[in-house]
Amino acid sequence: MSHLLEVKNLDVKFDTDEGRIIAVENISLSLDQGKVLGIVGESGSGKSVTAKSIMQLNPGNTFYNNNAEIILDNENVLKFTSKEDLKKIRGGKVSMIFQEPMASFAPAIKIGAQMVEQLLIHKKNMNKKEAKSLSINMLNRVGIADAEKRFNQYAFELSGGMRQRAMIAMALSTMPKLLLADEPTTALDVTIQAQVINLIKDIIQEYQMGVIFITHDLGVIAQIADDVAVMYLGSVVEKGPVNKILKNPKHPYTKGLLEALPDVNNLDAPLSPIPGNIPSPLDRPTGCVFRTRCPHHNPEGKDGKIEMKLVEVEQGHWVDQCGIKCGQNE
Amino acid sequence: MSDNLISVNNVSVNFDYQENFISKKQKIHAVNNINIKIKKGSFFGLVGESGSGKTTLGRAILGANKISSGNVIFHDDERDYDLTNMNKQDLKEYRKKAQLIFQDPYAALSPRMTVRDIIAEPLEVMKITNSRQETDERVRDIAAKCRLNIEHLRRFPHAFSGGQRQRISIARALVSNPKFIVADESVAALDVSIQADILNLLKQLQTELNLTYLFISHDLSVVAHVCDVVAVMYLGHIVEMGPSRELFKNPKHSYTKALLSSIPSIDPEKRSEAIELKGEIPSALNPPPGCVFRTRCPHPGVDCKGGEITMGLTEVEPGHWVDQCCVL
Repeated sequence: MSHLLEVKNLDVKFDTDEGRIIAVENISLSLDQGKVLGIVGESGSGKSVTAKSIMQLNPGNTFYNNNAEIILDNENVLKFTSKEDLKKIRGGKVSMIFQEPMASFAPAIKIGAQMVEQLLIHKKNMNKKEAKSLSINMLNRVGIADAEKRFNQYAFELSGGMRQRAMIAMALSTMPKLLLADEPTTALDVTIQAQVINLIKDIIQEYQMGVIFITHDLGVIAQIADDVAVMYLGSVVEKGPVNKILKNPKHPYTKGLLEALPDVNNLDAPLSPIPGNIPSPLDRPTGCVFRTRCPHHNPEGKDGKIEMKLVEVEQGHWVDQCGIKCGQNE
Repeated sequence: MSDNLISVNNVSVNFDYQENFISKKQKIHAVNNINIKIKKGSFFGLVGESGSGKTTLGRAILGANKISSGNVIFHDDERDYDLTNMNKQDLKEYRKKAQLIFQDPYAALSPRMTVRDIIAEPLEVMKITNSRQETDERVRDIAAKCRLNIEHLRRFPHAFSGGQRQRISIARALVSNPKFIVADESVAALDVSIQADILNLLKQLQTELNLTYLFISHDLSVVAHVCDVVAVMYLGHIVEMGPSRELFKNPKHSYTKALLSSIPSIDPEKRSEAIELKGEIPSALNPPPGCVFRTRCPHPGVDCKGGEITMGLTEVEPGHWVDQCCVL
């Protein structure tokens, strides 16, 4: 069976006044129907840029490499240029939910009107009345009480958790095949976060869509994802099934992220930060991108002579080759 | 002399609220009847969801919010400051001793000032130093303690990453040699790897400079790691308070239990045992009478359903206080 989504050798570069920035380099990912792919990494690691490439939402100064392919449902979306084609992916086959739901709703238009508008654009054979009843159904489905009343309210009248639910309802009402969730729970309280995670899980079960879930919280990843890709400075340094990555991490960056995470069940463990800062993409290190912050168990990686390349260490578990050596020399 | 640095006695903070100019004036009960004692040299944690009144309480202790009833006493070495009854001179003195670190290091630093000016500003405003040379010395001294380089001081904030900016904010808060620091969600905007770095720095500075912290956060795992004593707030009330290890191992209040179970576990095989709380925190305009948590409580007793039990903490074990509704 072919994958729902396949990203092959994707580079994303931005032309800026200071020069050409490599935001994402040589990324390959795949996702099946009904599965969740988690992407983790610090800010500036290229998580959102990768997701936005799928909908071609990156700004005008973006360059993709010629041999890159993003195959969604057997079509290369990077080749889409016409408005009609783009409409198919933006809100049609793919929907996106963002971190800050207040910023994603138009503040002066009622929530209901926004939901109906997108349905009328994407579902040609739907009239206004049907769109309204479907929208209210969706609001109900995501657990918003008084859906009919909320339909006629503005975004500012809803609380944070409610707004995120409304956003999810809106993203799902066009029945996309792929849902991109960019830090959807980061701005929420833990109790509301637990509600939203359960909601997304139920919805995957029900609609069998694929989900790309971007977050910097490994706990959330453990709860929701089937597969994980760990990103650092535009490259995937480790990817594989969630329990293999979290239980048996191989790359020093993945290990570092796990050690920096405070764990309530183990209060005696010291918090160990990853030393240094993520370098500016303008002076991206050659060779292994992580070498400026790596504990250097592998002396060859230090001067950047080892190229970035993912190697399969066990079934489905891929690690950057420099990182493997680092892990072995530990 | 008392062991406590701060005593908060029966403090309530209300805000006036009027929907529009013809409607009736209402009161928002942001903080209700809070009693806490913060020991010298402790790391006191305050947790709760947004809207629970954590920040308002923190600001009230700093004298940045008006206290509606009750009082806050700051026990300094020589004398006590009563925050509810303080003249301008005393307030100026108090400001040197109690400082605040904000959540968002991107918003807290003026983009037009150099790092040196940002850190030096409190010294100049409070007239602590007498000469530029003395100011520079103190700025360099505190910058080194916060692990900033000397050459960083000449640059502007835009040149720094989130973690470095937060270190600048910390240096600015500490430059007046305060004894008490309120850290309001100071690591919430940072990546995990940097968060660990800042938490370690705060801990290290605590021993080096003899600081006492009030650490406000919504992240329980962070609070569990750094704090000695934790108070859990809900809708303006403290529902549970105790030594952090005891409280996290043996939570008594159903709200604390629900919060703890909602922390996503890092173990993929241990999925979702979260006690799901239905709905959201009620409005502080008309909080439910009796136990404020009963509208979302997973196991409301017969009595509290009607709201007949008033809020009040009882001591279940030495130092471990729980709201009486959940003990019964």
